[in-house]
Amino acid sequence: MDAVFRALADPSRRELLDRLFARNGQTLNDLCDGLEMSRQAVTKHLGILEEANLVAVQWRGREKLHYLNPVPIFDIADRWIGKFERGRLRALNDLKKNLEREEK
Amino acid sequence: MSDFVYVTYIYTTPQKVWDAITRPEFAHRYWMHTNVSDWKKGSRWEHQHGDGSGRVLIDGTVLESDPPRRLAMTWSRPDHSKEPSRVSFDIAELGDGLVCLTVTHDRLEQDPAMAASISGGWPKVLSNLKSLLETGKVENLWLAKGKE
Repeated sequence: MDAVFRALADPSRRELLDRLFARNGQTLNDLCDGLEMSRQAVTKHLGILEEANLVAVQWRGREKLHYLNPVPIFDIADRWIGKFERGRLRALNDLKKNLEREEK
Repeated sequence: MSDFVYVTYIYTTPQKVWDAITRPEFAHRYWMHTNVSDWKKGSRWEHQHGDGSGRVLIDGTVLESDPPRRLAMTWSRPDHSKEPSRVSFDIAELGDGLVCLTVTHDRLEQDPAMAASISGGWPKVLSNLKSLLETGKVENLWLAKGKE
């Protein structure tokens, strides 16, 4: 769990997760495309995300594909969110999203 | 790319993970629903609603069955209105009592609605499975969500 929090604490790594959320199963080249970060930096960040099991990797021939793996985030949620709270939290989250949309 | 790959590491044995996927009374405890088949290659399998009605939510054909290492099957809507997708479970023993379970759900290109619904489901199923096998209990079933 420490590794998950450490991995999520960095905005560049969160951006890589956002990119995989938008399009799952990308190669290193795909992920570097349009990013300010150096290829070396992306490789390092992906290693940390893999270590935390937030990114799963599969080989397709010689291509290494990266997939967003949100399972550890569910493990964290299960630790602190009780079964009766979940529905209410979702309702509050929906309300927040609606209100923020109205303000724009 | 509309494939999904989910990985969880569980302190357990490959056989327990296999049983958790393939035995209805086991699956019911963390998945809510159950998977019913004789799990032989070519056999039909059904993902049945956990309310005991036997209602089929998903069905398909067992493509590969190598207990307790690998299980692959097609994943279809019961009305077969779309091309089936495919689910594979890979169970790897890493030593020191640690097992890596990888669920790959692919061939979803023809059914974006299915892709959207499974992407919320699998992480919860795997997280619940880990919780059940490691602690003997599951904190959150689908109760609060009210559907699914």
